[in-house]
Amino acid sequence: MTLRHRQAVHGHVDGNALAGPLSELFAVDVTAAEGRCVNCGLTGPIATLMVYDRAPGMVARCAGCDNVVLRLVRTPDAAWLDLTGMTWLRVQLPTTT
Amino acid sequence: MGIVSPGFHGRRRESAGGLPPGQYLTNDFPVLSAGPTPRIPQDEWEFTVTTESGREHRWTWREFLDLPSETPQVDIHCVTKWSKLGTEWQGVSLDVLLADVETEADYALAHSYGGYTTNLPLDDLLDGKAWVVHRYDGEDLEPEHGGPARLLVPHLYFWKSAKWVRGITLLTENEPGFWESAGYHDYGDPWREQRYQGD
Ligand SMILES: [Zn+2]
Repeated sequence: MTLRHRQAVHGHVDGNALAGPLSELFAVDVTAAEGRCVNCGLTGPIATLMVYDRAPGMVARCAGCDNVVLRLVRTPDAAWLDLTGMTWLRVQLPTTT
Repeated sequence: MGIVSPGFHGRRRESAGGLPPGQYLTNDFPVLSAGPTPRIPQDEWEFTVTTESGREHRWTWREFLDLPSETPQVDIHCVTKWSKLGTEWQGVSLDVLLADVETEADYALAHSYGGYTTNLPLDDLLDGKAWVVHRYDGEDLEPEHGGPARLLVPHLYFWKSAKWVRGITLLTENEPGFWESAGYHDYGDPWREQRYQGD
């Protein structure tokens, strides 16, 4: 099933759609990081979130409970990132010695 | 901060040609959605007005259909820059729904099945400027466009016209809704291009 088809059926794409927009804000690839849903506790990579991007902003929802985990609004001169739906974000980094 | 002046409305633009600044004309009806589309059977649908004192006024689908309805023909303007002219709706004016509601509130927060919210000054829901609509273009409103019923507040950007509306809470203090709490303008007048906070 193609991405376009998935969007037609479910109205959303997966969290990989956040990679480009979030790369404006962060030096790391946040889609590979793990987050925890504040509502149901489901933990997983940001890439597994359900992203509704045909909207005034990007709305990423938990695949377990539909809770809004992340919102990203891009204005002409700023990005608004709302992470109140997430307990934590774990970013894998190179081991320091 | 943006300039929010609830008193600044009522300009009559029905006959005016042209589009608000930054908008383009579309003939289709784009579907925007921040989440899964709720499927609410008509016999389970309810609309509730809750006052600042907690008093509730409730309508079932059948009671809602028994209210006098209007057929507004209006231009709609989405903050994502498309505008659609002369759209035809059928629904109940908020003047009717709020007629017997006693309140001192200045603000309203509309809330929807699925969890969406949007805030407006109460004045912007009154005096023939806002409706709860259940039909579009002669047909029942499809779930993708907010059916069974949505708010219609055409003088503000279309995100204020909450899809799948289930109620309005009247408040003595302003409470930002879903997009208003994430960078979008609190009031959202398309003619003043109030898209984002600070516009
Ligand atoms: Zn969850």
